[in-house]
Amino acid sequence: MMWYKVGAADEPPGKSGIAHFLEHLMFKGTANRAPGEFSEIVARNGGKENAFTSQDYTGYYQIVSKDKLGLMMELEADRMMGLVLNQESINIERQVVIEERRTRVETSPQAKLNEQVMAATYSNHPYRLPVIGWKHEIEALQLDDIIGFYKKWYAPNNAILIVSGDVNPSEVYDLAKTYYGKLPFKKIPLRLRPSEPNQHAPREVVLRDPRVLQPSWSRRWLAPSYNSPNKNHAYALEVFAEVMGGGNTSRLNTSLVISQKLAVSAGAWYASDALDTSTFVVWFSPRSGISMDVVSAALEKELYKVKRNGTTKEEVNRAKQRLLDSAIFARDSIEGPAQIFGVAMTTGQDVEDVENWANRISDVTPDQVDLAAQAVLKINTSTTGILLPTDNIKAK
Amino acid sequence: MSLVFKGFKDILLVLIVTFPFLGSGDVHSMEIQRVVSSGGIEAWLVEDHSLPIVSIRFSFPGGSVNDPTDKSGLANMSTKLLGEGAGEFNSQKFHRRLEDLSVSLNFEAYKDIILGSMKTLTRNRDEAFDLLKLALLKPRFDDDSIQLIRAQIRSRIARNKNNPNNIAQRTYWSMMFPEHPYRFESSGTFKSIAKISKYDLKSFVRSNLVKTGLIIGVAGDITADELALSLDKTFGGLPRYFEKNEIENISPRTLGKVVVVKNNLPQSSIVFGQNGLARNHPDYYAAYLLNHILGGGGFTSRLYKEIREKRGLVYSVYSYLLPLDYSSLWLGAAATDNKSVKDTIKIIKSEWSRMQDYQITQEQLQSARDNIKGSFSLRFNNTASIAGMLLEIQRKGLGINYIQNRENIYDMITINDINRVAKKWLDPKSLTFVIVGNPSNIISSEVISGK
Repeated sequence: MMWYKVGAADEPPGKSGIAHFLEHLMFKGTANRAPGEFSEIVARNGGKENAFTSQDYTGYYQIVSKDKLGLMMELEADRMMGLVLNQESINIERQVVIEERRTRVETSPQAKLNEQVMAATYSNHPYRLPVIGWKHEIEALQLDDIIGFYKKWYAPNNAILIVSGDVNPSEVYDLAKTYYGKLPFKKIPLRLRPSEPNQHAPREVVLRDPRVLQPSWSRRWLAPSYNSPNKNHAYALEVFAEVMGGGNTSRLNTSLVISQKLAVSAGAWYASDALDTSTFVVWFSPRSGISMDVVSAALEKELYKVKRNGTTKEEVNRAKQRLLDSAIFARDSIEGPAQIFGVAMTTGQDVEDVENWANRISDVTPDQVDLAAQAVLKINTSTTGILLPTDNIKAK
Repeated sequence: MSLVFKGFKDILLVLIVTFPFLGSGDVHSMEIQRVVSSGGIEAWLVEDHSLPIVSIRFSFPGGSVNDPTDKSGLANMSTKLLGEGAGEFNSQKFHRRLEDLSVSLNFEAYKDIILGSMKTLTRNRDEAFDLLKLALLKPRFDDDSIQLIRAQIRSRIARNKNNPNNIAQRTYWSMMFPEHPYRFESSGTFKSIAKISKYDLKSFVRSNLVKTGLIIGVAGDITADELALSLDKTFGGLPRYFEKNEIENISPRTLGKVVVVKNNLPQSSIVFGQNGLARNHPDYYAAYLLNHILGGGGFTSRLYKEIREKRGLVYSVYSYLLPLDYSSLWLGAAATDNKSVKDTIKIIKSEWSRMQDYQITQEQLQSARDNIKGSFSLRFNNTASIAGMLLEIQRKGLGINYIQNRENIYDMITINDINRVAKKWLDPKSLTFVIVGNPSNIISSEVISGK
């Protein structure tokens, strides 16, 4: 896996979608390799490959038998700095990206709402922009924009090579030196994104669409990530999310779904891995015939309860145990551990953070969970997203 | 797992994660053990003690294809309720046990089978098997649970109802199998699930969760002897016999139609297909190779290259063989701009025809063969997927040496075989398309007005 410390949130203003567009174009060939040749070689060697882009990172991976490692490194090193693009290949791929955007976003009311909710949650930070980009900006991206972005960010000193499998570390190291060692160092800009101002009023986004038959509701708050200065809150929030919404016996599911029978599902999640300020989210889908307002009032009561009375030692311990066990399960694949390290290393953490994650989760106390919850769950710093059918008579 | 990391010349950070077994990336070196318990229950096992994890996958024959016509969704609803309380534990207590032990337990109804899966840490292995046994033998079907699961299934049907891919699939299956139970979705409909009673659910479990036809695959941190004991303990109490509905084998009605389901969307979802091959058909492997070149091989298939890479008409386009127990399909899907539907369909049809024109080179065949052979291992790098593979190999009757034989089978296939199979099986005229969206310039045999 080759991870680059650059993502959609590093794009210049008005050019949303470059990072992801470039990820597509990385398959279009170099001076040494024809378009699609990399993929042909991976296929011929029995491999699998793909790539991904997020707000904070861009990654490329191949899964191959270990004797092909050197070949993969040669190809990956070749396209790290030797990509050749032309107007025609960009125009064709632009259509592909626009179709991807239609598939992922424009044909799904929920995805359209999510996009609007992110744009409302962040008023200044680029996390407000969709990773895939706004359609009108994708349409306007020029060859120079993309090449400029590539030249600015793609370099060995802005990349992390992760090799996972039954390999000999010193051999891997020697191979890496052979193929990547000859590439030149580049001066990489600091990833300084505009930060969020204080939020003084709750925000609410409602999307009504005639295609919606199952309404949904979510609320998110800005929350520190593992890379934030007050990252102790982050570990506590991870435990808090598990207490509130991790699984069937969580507070929200027990209350809204099982006891009160108001929702078909309910939960909470927290994105701890982000270079900048992240979000904590609670959500539910109402049962048929139950009004949104009734369920959201019940949810707010749960939030009020936990802020006032705090969490119990028992539920915190149970949540911690599940989180620690999930880390063991995460090792049960080739990609899992590589993914964990890749995300950590591109979002401001280091190897030590990953290795100490379990200890830090173990050390979280109920008091810390309560403090973190009180610090984050404030109505004035929230954004609520509601998905409704156009005719809302039934849902009300 | 050990971890090495270092940078060189302050340039590139290299992180190396090493694995003893799973990362070896080679299923060919896996030893499959056939474990038969003293009670006569068989499971195939790949032992691997590198992580304290055990995964099990098992199937019972007869899935939603057995649903009564007016109660489609019965198999799905019954299986969803297996995890909702059993024995002395009501739903909440049962879930709490599972969560406190970090055991994941799932049941799913497919068209032809009921699939169960469980994953546990070694330290909770015995309790995990106990909970699985309870779920299989003593599901409670409490009224509250039935009500909740019905509401959740209803919610899923509601979510899917206006989803363009889902509409396309639903329409396609009901066209292919107008009289056969394959036309129904496993989840059922608002109407059909309202009719399912507690009695229906209980009798479904009684007559379908039985030893006859039970197939089991296991991978991870358990020895053959330990597994044998767990098998008897867990599955030994199941009744033996299974009175199966007689289901007819059926050919899909691939009449070469183009059907449009009108929907005001910015993109059209397309599902297409023709008759396929049964998994045990002698031509199956050659057809699999052929399809790999045509539309199955990811970034290198002909459909991908012609439609996405050269023309930028789609984000995704692919085709695949779908052998079922009572029928077989050769399916594909794509999504494109409403104004490009016509071109996309034209190219799919012409690629379908082109496969018959003896145009495959030795090099293309070799590349497809190498990819199919080499990538097989890569799909099985965790305990759950290995257990699933062991289940599939048994279910399809491929034999315990299948993994070794598989390479040989593909090596034996020649260009002549591919050409013969292309001529015999590919039938561009019978290719049937369902389009959900607002496509322009389409001459369709049928227009269904959607929402």
